[in-house]
Amino acid sequence: MLKYVLNRVFGLLITLLGVSVIVFMLVHMSPGDPIRIMLGEQARPDDVERLNRLYGFDRPLPVQYVSWLGSALQGDLGTSIRQQAPVLTLIAERLPATIELAVAALLLAVIAGIPLGVLAAVYRNTPIDIASMFLSLVGVAAPNFWVGLLLLSTVAMSVTWIPVFGRGDPLLATFWTFVTSGNPAPLWDSLRHLLLPAVAVGTSIMALITRLTRSSLLEVLRLDFVRTATAKGVHNSTVISKHALRNALLPVVTIVGVQFGALLGGAIVTEVVFAWPGIGRLIVDSISQRDFPVVQGSILMLAAVFVLANLLVDLSYSLINPRIRYD
Amino acid sequence: MTSTSAAQGPTQRPSRSRRKGRLPKALRNMNIVLGGLLIAVLVSVAIFAPHLTPMDPQQQDLWGRHEAPRGLWVNGALNTEYVLGGDELGRDVLSRIIMGTRVSLLVGLIATGLSLVFGVLFGAIAGYVGGRVDDVIMRVMDILLAMPGILLAIAIVAALGANIVNAMLAIAVVRIPTMARLVRSEVLALRESEYVEAARALGASHVRIVFLHILRNAWAPALVLSTLGMGTAIVAEASLSFLGLGTQPPDISWGRMLSVGREAIRSAPHVTLYPGVAITLTVLAFSLLGDGLRDLFDNRLKDRK
Repeated sequence: MLKYVLNRVFGLLITLLGVSVIVFMLVHMSPGDPIRIMLGEQARPDDVERLNRLYGFDRPLPVQYVSWLGSALQGDLGTSIRQQAPVLTLIAERLPATIELAVAALLLAVIAGIPLGVLAAVYRNTPIDIASMFLSLVGVAAPNFWVGLLLLSTVAMSVTWIPVFGRGDPLLATFWTFVTSGNPAPLWDSLRHLLLPAVAVGTSIMALITRLTRSSLLEVLRLDFVRTATAKGVHNSTVISKHALRNALLPVVTIVGVQFGALLGGAIVTEVVFAWPGIGRLIVDSISQRDFPVVQGSILMLAAVFVLANLLVDLSYSLINPRIRYD
Repeated sequence: MTSTSAAQGPTQRPSRSRRKGRLPKALRNMNIVLGGLLIAVLVSVAIFAPHLTPMDPQQQDLWGRHEAPRGLWVNGALNTEYVLGGDELGRDVLSRIIMGTRVSLLVGLIATGLSLVFGVLFGAIAGYVGGRVDDVIMRVMDILLAMPGILLAIAIVAALGANIVNAMLAIAVVRIPTMARLVRSEVLALRESEYVEAARALGASHVRIVFLHILRNAWAPALVLSTLGMGTAIVAEASLSFLGLGTQPPDISWGRMLSVGREAIRSAPHVTLYPGVAITLTVLAFSLLGDGLRDLFDNRLKDRK
C-alpha cells in the first residue's frame, strides 16, 4: 500500500510539472503585452521597459519558467500585475470559496440523488420512476450555468430571502461562530447565499447519481442474498436500506469521486453567473486583464487540487471496498 | 442473444442475415430512435436555417426590445413575430436560436471529429508500439487530463485568442486524451489476438495491421464516445461563448445569447430561457443516441461471445 501511495504521489508531481509547463507556455503565447495594457496606449517606452524588467518579462522564456517554478516551489507564485498583491494571497482568498461551492454541490447532489434513485428503483416502471428518470436525463443534459440562470430568474425573483449574487462569510467560520457563540445569523446568511449556486453546480451530478443508484439497486435487488432476506420475512424497507442499498452504493461512490473534478469545472462557469468570489471568476477576470501571474498561478493551483482530490478518491476505495488491495 | 448468433465464433464476421437484422434491432431501441429523430430535426434546422427563421435574426428594432414571447397563435391567426420574444436589441429570439443551431452543431462536429482523428492516432500508436512511446504519449494525455476540461479550454482560448475557431480547437484538445485512452486500451486488447498474429505472419505492414485490422474492430466504442462527446463539446462551446471566449458578435450562438440575456434576467427571463432549452435538447439528443448505440454494440459483443 505504501509503495502504491509513493508511486502515485511521484506520478502526481510529474503530472503537475507537466501542467506547469503547459500553463506557462499557454499564458506566454497569449496575444497582448500585459504591461502595455496596464499602462495604456500613452505609455512611455522607458516606463514599459522598466516594468518589463521589474516583472522579468524581458528575459528568455525558459529562464522565466525556471525562475517562476523555483519561486513557486518556495510558495511564491509571483505578484499580480493588476492588483499589486501576491498571487498566493489572491488564490488563498478565492480557492476556499470554490471548494466550499463544489463540496456543497456534491453534498446536495448525494442527499437528493440517492433517495430519488431508490424511489425510482423501488417503484420501477411507475410514474414516479418515469418522472425521476426524465428529470435525471434533463439534469445531465442541461448546462450548469444555464440551470443557474434559470434559478436566478425564477426562485431568486420570487423568494425574497434568497440573495441574487455574492457569498456570505466562509461557511466553516460561520458554523464555528454558531457552535461557540450560539449566534445563527451569520451561518444562515452563508447558507442562503450558497443555496442556489450549489443547486446549479450539483444538478448534473445529482442526475447522474439518481440514474446510477437506480440501475445499481435494481441489479442488487435481483441477487440471491436479497431474496434470502425477503424469504426470511425481513421487512421490505429493511431489505432495501440494510441489505441492498449498502451494496448498490459502491459504484455510486466511485462516480462521485470521478465527478468531483467535473464539479470543479462546472463551478468555474457557474461562479460567473452568481458573482461567487471563487477561483473560476478570478481566472476569467485575470484572462481579460492579461494578468499573467494570476492566471498561471490559479490554474496550477486548481490542477493541484484536482489531481490531489483524484488521488484521495482512488485511495479511499480500499476503505469502502475491502476487496480492492493495492499490493 | 439469439441461439443462432451465440453459436458464432469470436472473430467471425456477422452473417448476411444477421447484418440485415441489425437495422430493425437499432429501430427497436427507443434511445436510438428518439435521439436520432431529434438529431435529424436539428441537422435539418441547421441546414435550412436561413429559410426557417420567421424574422431576420440580425434585425434590430427598439420597439421589440425585450418583447415578451407572443406565442404561435395570436388573435386566432398564426403569428410569426416574436414567437419566443425579443432580446435586448429587439432581435427575434426564435430566429436567433434557429441560426445558432449551425454554430452549435458545427463546433460539436468539428471538435469531436478532430478529437476522434487525433485520439485514434495517438491511442493507436501508444497501444501498438508500446514501450517508451506509449509512456510518453500517455504521460502527456495524463497531464492534459489533470486539469478540469473547461479550465484547459479556457486557458487554450486565452492563449490563442477568443474566437470560434480557437474555441473549437480548444474543445478538441480537451477531448483527445479520453479518446486516446479508449483507443489505446482497445488496441492493447486486440494487439496480441490470433488474427492480428496471422496478419503479421502473412507479412502485413504495421500501418496495415493497425488501421485495417485492429481499428476496424475497435470503432464501436470510439463511435459511442464520439456521439456522447458531441454533447460535451456543445456544452463546452456554450460555456466558452458565455464567458465571452467563443463566438464573437455578430455571429450567433446559444452560449452568447445566454451571456447577453443575463444582463436582463429580471425583466426578460425568456431571453435566457429558450437558448438554454435548445442546448439541453441538443445534448439530450446526443446522449440518448450515444446510450442507445452503446446498448446496441454491447448486445452485439455479447452475441459474439
